[in-house]
Amino acid sequence: MGRYVALRLAQAAGVLWAAYTVSFLVLDLLPGDPVSAMAGAAADQAGVDPAQIARLRSEYGFDDPVPVQYVHYLGRALRGDFGDSVASGRPVTSVIGDALPSTLQLVAAGLALAVLCGGGLALAATYTARRWLRQLLLSLPPLGVSVPTFWAGLMLVEVFSFRARLLPAFGNGGPRGLILPAVTLAIPTGAVVAQVLAKSLLTTLDEPYVQTARAKGAGRPRIHLRHALRNASLPALTVVGVLVGQLIANSVVIETVFSRNGLGRVTASAVSAQDIPLVQGVVVLGSLVFVLVNLIVDLVYPLLDPRIAAAGGRRWRPA
Amino acid sequence: MSSTLDALGVLDAAPEPGAPEQAVRRRAGAARTVRFFLRRPGLVLSVLLIAAVVLASFWPGLFTSHDPLKGVPAQAFRAPGAAHWFGTDELGRDVYARVVHGAALSLKATLIAVAVSFAAGGLLGLLAGFAGRWIDDVLMRFVDVLLSIPALFLSLALVTALGYGTVKVAVAVGVASVATFARVMRSEVLRVRQAVFVEAARSCGTRWYAILGRHVLPNAIGPVLVLATLDFGTAVLAVSSLSFLGYGAPPPAPEWGTLISDGRNYLANAWWMTALPGLTIAATVLATNRIARALDGEWGRR
Repeated sequence: MGRYVALRLAQAAGVLWAAYTVSFLVLDLLPGDPVSAMAGAAADQAGVDPAQIARLRSEYGFDDPVPVQYVHYLGRALRGDFGDSVASGRPVTSVIGDALPSTLQLVAAGLALAVLCGGGLALAATYTARRWLRQLLLSLPPLGVSVPTFWAGLMLVEVFSFRARLLPAFGNGGPRGLILPAVTLAIPTGAVVAQVLAKSLLTTLDEPYVQTARAKGAGRPRIHLRHALRNASLPALTVVGVLVGQLIANSVVIETVFSRNGLGRVTASAVSAQDIPLVQGVVVLGSLVFVLVNLIVDLVYPLLDPRIAAAGGRRWRPA
Repeated sequence: MSSTLDALGVLDAAPEPGAPEQAVRRRAGAARTVRFFLRRPGLVLSVLLIAAVVLASFWPGLFTSHDPLKGVPAQAFRAPGAAHWFGTDELGRDVYARVVHGAALSLKATLIAVAVSFAAGGLLGLLAGFAGRWIDDVLMRFVDVLLSIPALFLSLALVTALGYGTVKVAVAVGVASVATFARVMRSEVLRVRQAVFVEAARSCGTRWYAILGRHVLPNAIGPVLVLATLDFGTAVLAVSSLSFLGYGAPPPAPEWGTLISDGRNYLANAWWMTALPGLTIAATVLATNRIARALDGEWGRR
């Protein structure tokens, strides 16, 4: 077990480093650089001296060859310094730090809703003996993954805020303001969870050990919840690990729809302003969360399925 | 469509039968096809819808005679009705005409996105699976890293680097799903590479490129094509998200995501400006997903 954990930690660190490198390379493709962007912003107020630009460029190190810049920035990133946001001039880490709590709240609420509703739907669809009900329930998830999230959010606003006047449409106003964004965020994720869990529950229920349990006289609820669910939840857990990254990314869109402050709006405006350090910080944060969540999933796996720990930590992966 | 099914290896290749036998076979095949589609009205509807979207993007005049850019100010904010199926917007432009004319932009972006991820991902996977050893290791670690960055963030980083516009957004969306294609392609190549006929070809002294082109690729491409159909829906959604955020084509152009973000400002008094373009997107994605599911085995399974 100790070796399993150490191996996973090393892998996680490796992926993070590589994600930083990829984001550095992608953003390095940019024809301009942050200094020109800053100069462009400043030029609205007053003329900018070309000599000043050149001085700034060398100050920031943009005249150095790419590998030198890379080592320089990587060294700073390792110390937790991702540079300053071009648009606001504040350190990237503090801009992100300020925006993060509200987004994490949203993502946590969305994830909880998605797992509860998606899981519940899958359980109900596989449990019911009525054919039409099962068909109806199983036809919902494909619908959920086909709907554009931002559109679903706007429709919820239209119905629940403008028509029924039940919930606030916009802004960060407390728990009531969190309901609509969280529901919107949960729709695509919950649909995927439901699809995966329903499929794996159906295969698990066909397994011989379930038949054995049935032959021994266990009731349907007990078979469903105690025998089948535990084994069937492994693929769903893996998928949840993958989906958390998607949830954070989707919050960019959702926060724009609901005019909530948070990481999403920070990202959207950073992209508009070509604020490279900030965009890079967000990308690295996204993969940090992804890596952390998958680390947790990997560590929970052996608890659910002891065979995994015995086999040296090989886990099931989606194709 | 039948060529895709051929590539998937689900249509049996007849071993050169005689002429009458061939006719019988063909009739049986046609009957089977008809029965297949009759039992699946949803699939027929999906195919028709996608055909309509493709037609609309080449010949929008077939579907509407209204001008998508010229509005009649006196007719602003008309609710959906016989004259304007999807209503009119704040400038009196016909929303239905804008959706129809927007199909070309959105379809173009989607096709570029799928082509980018299909070509780049397929090539990466093919190389990794066929070359093996350290090349495989290096390429697949790279793919793992791409997978660890949430797709939308990767697209946003690329948009920051490349700039705005339909084509740039499409490329950014395409790059974000390169990794998935690479994985599927690699696993298929690995599966086929161990087949007996590949070993036989190799022992006959066939050159590696001939093995790759004649034996491995045709047998490995099927699941990747299914993935491409599935990715089509994902790409429609991703492209519309990015154009909703305002990184797509500049304002007067009726891209689908842009239509929804325009309508957002008038949500309280003109629901149709948001609801109906969104329904069009959802229906398109639903239809491509349905078709992908049919390609992915329903046909061969029966």
